[in-house]
Amino acid sequence: MKRAGFIAGAVLTALLLLTALLSLVWTPWPPEQIDMARRLAPPGAAHWLGCDQLGRDVFSRLMAGARSAWLVGIVAVGIGLIAGTALGLLAAARRGAVEALVLRGADLGHAFPALLLAILLAAALGPGMTVAMAAIGLHAVPSFARLVNGSAKSWWARDFVLAARVAGQGPWSITWRHVLPQLLPLLIVQGTTSFALAILAEAGLSYLGLGTQPPQASWGRLLAEAQTLMFEAPQLALAPGVAITLAVLGLNLLGDGLRDRLDPKEQPR
Amino acid sequence: MTAGPDAPLLDVSDLHVRLPGRGGASLHALRGVDLRLARGESLALVGESGSGKTLTALAVMGLLPDGAEAGGRIAFDGRDLLALDEDGWRGLRGRRIAMVFQEPLTALNPLQRVLSQVMEPLLIHRLMPDRAAARERATSLLARVGLDDRQARAHPHQLSGGQRQRALIAMAIAAEPDLLIADEPTTALDARLRVQMLDLLRELVAERGMGLLLISHDLALTARRVDRLAILYGGRVMEEGAAAGLLEHPRHPYTQALWAARPRLGAGRDQPLHPLKGNVPALAQLGDGCPFAPRCPLATTRCAAEPPRFDGRLACWEVSS
Amino acid sequence: MSAAQPSSFPTPPASSPATSTATSTPTSLLRVEGLGQRYAGRTVLRDIDFTLSPGESLGVIGESGAGKSTLARLVMALERPRFGRVLWDGRDVNAMPTRERRALRPRVQMVFQDPYGSLDPRWRVGRSVMEPLLALSMSELQRRERVAEVLAAVGLEPDAALRFPHQFSGGQRQRLAIARALSTRPRLIVADEPLSALDVSVQAQILALLRELQRRDGISLVVVSHDLPAVEVLCDRALVLRGGEAVEQGPAARVLGDPQHPYTQDLLAALA
Repeated sequence: MKRAGFIAGAVLTALLLLTALLSLVWTPWPPEQIDMARRLAPPGAAHWLGCDQLGRDVFSRLMAGARSAWLVGIVAVGIGLIAGTALGLLAAARRGAVEALVLRGADLGHAFPALLLAILLAAALGPGMTVAMAAIGLHAVPSFARLVNGSAKSWWARDFVLAARVAGQGPWSITWRHVLPQLLPLLIVQGTTSFALAILAEAGLSYLGLGTQPPQASWGRLLAEAQTLMFEAPQLALAPGVAITLAVLGLNLLGDGLRDRLDPKEQPR
Repeated sequence: MTAGPDAPLLDVSDLHVRLPGRGGASLHALRGVDLRLARGESLALVGESGSGKTLTALAVMGLLPDGAEAGGRIAFDGRDLLALDEDGWRGLRGRRIAMVFQEPLTALNPLQRVLSQVMEPLLIHRLMPDRAAARERATSLLARVGLDDRQARAHPHQLSGGQRQRALIAMAIAAEPDLLIADEPTTALDARLRVQMLDLLRELVAERGMGLLLISHDLALTARRVDRLAILYGGRVMEEGAAAGLLEHPRHPYTQALWAARPRLGAGRDQPLHPLKGNVPALAQLGDGCPFAPRCPLATTRCAAEPPRFDGRLACWEVSS
Repeated sequence: MSAAQPSSFPTPPASSPATSTATSTPTSLLRVEGLGQRYAGRTVLRDIDFTLSPGESLGVIGESGAGKSTLARLVMALERPRFGRVLWDGRDVNAMPTRERRALRPRVQMVFQDPYGSLDPRWRVGRSVMEPLLALSMSELQRRERVAEVLAAVGLEPDAALRFPHQFSGGQRQRLAIARALSTRPRLIVADEPLSALDVSVQAQILALLRELQRRDGISLVVVSHDLPAVEVLCDRALVLRGGEAVEQGPAARVLGDPQHPYTQDLLAALA
């Protein structure tokens, strides 16, 4: 049962990735090509999922959306993971005032509404995918920081870290050589979960108009555009909705599966 | 076979336990354990890691892990415990067979006062006419193990390790079991407290005519405080007998080696040390012959190939009973 | 055994500069003065004094919670004491800059209680055994040779260095921990309950190994243990801790053979 979940998750995620990569070199139709003659065409042989209100091929736009999803996911999670991990490790290594500062900062950051952050950034820099990535990434930093700090602290208390101190190793050396490697499973699992959240967040922001701007395709954007046409052409909303669901599901299953495979072997005794 | 008045309280014959191992293979963890315990008697199962002592206790309690297969016979007052299903066990566990676990903190409910936890077995098994009587009995039980009223009304985390262990003992004997199984606390308590615990158990056993099955890794500690000893190694019984006799004249090479390996207090800084060579075997490494053969000074090729039969006292090809 | 000893191995110090105003004699290896510690308002250690000469070994006896492990950590300068001083070779370990303290670490090493936790599970054990040598200026080749040397000294094969901790038994892991502690040729090794997590039949092996190392290399040991016979075998002197205070101390043979304090008498009676 568990294994099935992991495999399903891995397959879905791989599918997502392949679609995104493929879209760089090939889509059935150019995603931005407008053809008013085919406006709202139903699914058929030529256009597998039909066309949208501007005659653009839905399937191709979906593929392009996968690309956006991956890009946002990687950058946002990258920001969150790198900055958050660095802060968490710093706090665990220094303890005392530094740790208190980082944790309180994380509390504040976490409490700050994500949407408000996105709106502020959009107001300052203009809406767009970059702003979405920045907002989602920044918002992920406190969670990573707290998670890493908690886990790193428990590793710092372990005897083999004490042994490294006895051996004369300094805190940075210990963090890099002993503590960080122990955190990798945790980071991988948290990374996949955050990735899923980032995709959802991006979809939400794009839906609200704060993320990807037209004519760029993102799943949230597609949803927003399909909104008014729900009764005429429901497949326009269904397609991106299903895509988002599958992507998030796949990433969560993958994350769960990875957690089961990686963590129990490294349980602190 | 019904048990007459002279029949042993607990009679374990040829107990085998197989545990599920990695990749589908099963581990033969207990390889034919024989034990006998009479009422009012205390028997210590002594062994190192992987010897099978805890597994034996679990088998007697019907608490083997999922996937474990047991063979042989465990007769408790004539009833075969291995043939029991969960319903059958419900009447026995906590009532006629009780267990005191190693780690008192995890065995006690952190949210309940100690007094009510001791009252529980009395109420569940309907041994007292009402709550008031149960409370009174519980209080006197706790007093018997050395906990006063104030401690009785405390929560587990408010008590020391030793006090928690005493509370566990009170809970275990509340229902007046015929057999008490005690998994000796290891790192949870210090030597002094362990000794006090053992002495308390012995007193209770004598007072109530219970049988005591003690699990321990510490031969020195238990040897002088129980009636009989059974030495386990690699899933088999190596030697068994009256504790006093076994100490004075250990016959099995493993028992002798265990005894000789400990430094003696008072023998001075430069006393000769007699360490056993080799390592305690992991379950997966045990072969067909005597599990002690790789480390035994008397081992022959026969020992490595064929496991010696346990004749009720000794399991060794080179030494006879 | 390798012929030339790298000049980077710690040698007995020249007279120490003015980093300490200690009035201790220059020959004391370890000196503890008025040592005390508090955690969150609770005093866990109070007023501990003792001196250890080179080659001398001390046993710290007591029950759990008595402060033994805290004392070990303070002696190893893994914590700052609330009260008192810890002096290595006459120098106050907590009054010197971090860099200087780290430079002294090769002289004082430690063996921990839990053989399952004291080696990084993700590192090959050779790398763990080598770690203390990184503080000394040696070539990589010299370090590897030293690792092979200490592995042999504790009775392990040189190719053990390539394996991971989970591939060894508890007793073997403790040998590895001892090998690691020996690598820098320390003058003092603090062993915190080195035997208690091991099977009985293996404890004697490690005990014999430790005694052999004392005799052969003249290493001082501070053995924290509740195992009184083991303390008798390894230690010249003994200190009995109870509730963070030293209730008795003196020659081990006397403390264990003819205890004066009722608590010590109690402890010994439990073993009879």
